[in-house]
Amino acid sequence: MKFKGFDFFPHGTHYPFVNLRWLSFTGSSILIVASIAAFLSIGLNYGIDFQGGSLIEIKTKDGPANIGELRNKIGGLGLGDITIQEFGAPDDVLIRVERQSGGEKAQQQVIIKIRSALGDSVDYRRTEVVGPTVSEELKVNGAIAVITAILAVLIYIWFRFEWQFSLGAVAALVHDVLLTIGVFSVLQLEFNLSIIAAILTIVGYSLNDTVVVYDRIRENLRKYKKMGLEELLDLSINETLSRTILTSVTTLIALLALYIFGGEVIRGFTFAMIWGVVVGTYSSIFIAAPLLLIFGVKRDWSGFGGAKVKSSAG
Amino acid sequence: MLHFARWKVISVAAVSVLGMLFAAPNLINSKMLEGLPSWIPHKQVHLGLDLQGGSHLLLEMNQNELISEWLETIRDDARNVLRKEKIGYTGLRPTQESVILRIRKPEDQESAVKALNEIVQQLQGSVFTGSGGNDLKIEGGADGLIKITPTEPALTERINAAIRSTIETIRRRVDELGTTEPNIQRQGQARILVQVPGFDDPQKLKELVGKTAKLTFQLVEPSMTAARARATRMPPGTEILPSSDEAGIEYLLKRRVIVSGEDLVDSQPSFDQRTNQPVVTFRFNSSGARRFGRVTRDNVGRPFAIVLDREVISAPVIQEPILGGTGQISGNFTVEGANNLAILLRSGALPASLDIIEERTVGPSLGADSIAAGKVAAVLGLLGVVVFILVAYGQFGIFAISALFINIALIIGALSILQATLTLPGIAGIVLTIGMAVDANVLIFERIREEVRAGKTAISAISSGYSRALGTILDANITTFIAAFILFWLGSGPIRGFAVTLSIGIITSVFTAFTVTRLMISYWLKSQSSRNIVVPI
Repeated sequence: MKFKGFDFFPHGTHYPFVNLRWLSFTGSSILIVASIAAFLSIGLNYGIDFQGGSLIEIKTKDGPANIGELRNKIGGLGLGDITIQEFGAPDDVLIRVERQSGGEKAQQQVIIKIRSALGDSVDYRRTEVVGPTVSEELKVNGAIAVITAILAVLIYIWFRFEWQFSLGAVAALVHDVLLTIGVFSVLQLEFNLSIIAAILTIVGYSLNDTVVVYDRIRENLRKYKKMGLEELLDLSINETLSRTILTSVTTLIALLALYIFGGEVIRGFTFAMIWGVVVGTYSSIFIAAPLLLIFGVKRDWSGFGGAKVKSSAG
Repeated sequence: MLHFARWKVISVAAVSVLGMLFAAPNLINSKMLEGLPSWIPHKQVHLGLDLQGGSHLLLEMNQNELISEWLETIRDDARNVLRKEKIGYTGLRPTQESVILRIRKPEDQESAVKALNEIVQQLQGSVFTGSGGNDLKIEGGADGLIKITPTEPALTERINAAIRSTIETIRRRVDELGTTEPNIQRQGQARILVQVPGFDDPQKLKELVGKTAKLTFQLVEPSMTAARARATRMPPGTEILPSSDEAGIEYLLKRRVIVSGEDLVDSQPSFDQRTNQPVVTFRFNSSGARRFGRVTRDNVGRPFAIVLDREVISAPVIQEPILGGTGQISGNFTVEGANNLAILLRSGALPASLDIIEERTVGPSLGADSIAAGKVAAVLGLLGVVVFILVAYGQFGIFAISALFINIALIIGALSILQATLTLPGIAGIVLTIGMAVDANVLIFERIREEVRAGKTAISAISSGYSRALGTILDANITTFIAAFILFWLGSGPIRGFAVTLSIGIITSVFTAFTVTRLMISYWLKSQSSRNIVVPI
């Protein structure tokens, strides 16, 4: 019995990706500037992880929650800025209270007050209180994590390839991270600790894509010593295109399942990842690869990894 | 590239079977698990607080309190020494980090420093720090100034000791809740992480864990009231403390402590025989009982105060000498309040107060919902990927999917063995791995397709497909691994759980792509009778 796969994607394509670089560079530059502008003007909607404050998720015991009534009950407690919103289901409500002035002890009073105001009429699903010390630290650590990841990758790629590749990969990564921050600023989605985790995963994923393309470029640089660089870059992107798309699709299938069925708690996290996969795939093809044309690459790879080519040819 | 030595085949099979064996306990519930023979692996994946519900508190010890308390002791010691030596001094007081004083006659300064050296103690020292050195540094300055400063290693030692004893005390208190496997550990310099799975009443936990519970018995100053002392002048050796339950009421107490919580050997919640109010009974050790007996004998008819964390719980009048070393504390307690106080007194006081700097509690219903949602997402995600891969790669797709299932078994098995914590983001990590694990196979299969198109025979196409994809797969996965490692290093709690499953997933997916599918393909090739094998992708 033969059970043959269905080869979705046309092979031997010659899409002129690199030729489109001015379009993609311009488009991406505009998006990056817009992201930075959104970040600076609107700013991120920081969750309590980074801002400090309290959060209570409740489920009403009898029917859909009456947000207005809840607002009346809690609004009078003098807790400052409060947001009350439906969370995934009509009987599920998320209450967020801003950081209280007056140090660590003041934060503790929030939950006590809200619990006594609401009493036993609701089920307390989740409470979180993050004090000023911890939120400051989480903020700093989050930034350190993203920057360290990018630096580590810069060094790894430099070590495995050449500095031009390293720079191209990191440019693509910074592009992905900035666009993610931009979309979170514009949509005002809650930016919390798990989004940092998502960004780091995006860094890993986007790089994964970029490395696959770069690997093929390096291989073709050895194989076609006379081919023009632009032509060679296009060839490499086209050769790896089916893989790039197949992997993106499988990853997106898994992520969409998570986004739709994984519950409200991790929806922001999966949204960031879906965004990251799309942006990361785009940047590998349209940013990372064409940048090599600008940075220029070493054409003579005979001294480096030559043995590998020989052994694998047989 | 397609030939496998027998030992390789056996070890690949062994790893896969072991993975499934260690993952298997997670499929059945823990009751059934107990009935199984002992040689079968029993460890299940350890669920994080966000999945099983529970409370997480991050506490920070107030180190300054510890230091200022120590400085006060130094001040008292210094006073005693100088009095004994009959050396005149002025301005003896603790500052931020030292105790300072001024010797009246400059010619006495040298002998004063010498005498004060009596209170300096040798530090224990350890294997790492070598011999300990001194705990205090005594310096003489101009104009008879003397400065006594605790040394850096001595401070560290104090803080370490205080944290150790705090952890022990907290453990005793949390154990009283009767929950299973609380996790109490130090974090950084002066922080303590308390995680109590399955316990979702953060209020009660905080009352037990956050209270210093310093109990003292002090006499009430009889000469005047607190209000009068505020208005006129405080009698020497007294202090004003507020009532714990009556707002605005204050007591003027003698500073001297008759007995403290350290002298208690037991304390239990109970009911007053006459009023039927909840009370806390206690028993002193023998020296505490002796001191308490002597003071109550000398002060019959006067009130004394029971003080907890610098608040007066009650101030009863001494009716008769209390010689038996037992007694009861009656305040306006609820049953639960009496119970909590008894626990606090039994487990002892904390060396310094704690601040709760982070609190996260997940109720059991949310945890269960998250697990259910995670399962649905995982199954549907898996289903989607399986269908897609079957369509895209046909028969080879079956190999890839078999490898994917073994991969998932390996991840769960590894989580079970390592007893790593599975969190909700961790489940996301597994689902993401399902999507990304296929990548290694996609890389290989796409490469094989290319080689076939280039006119190679099936065997050589498959063989070079594998070897050429190897470098790419390694580079691509190492970079993701770097990101996962940094997440693990800097993350905490649920995020760390995500980093763990992601890293394990990367390792297992590279392993399965290079061994399991390759093995299957190599057997498939051998099974082909035709000389012109067509690659079915």
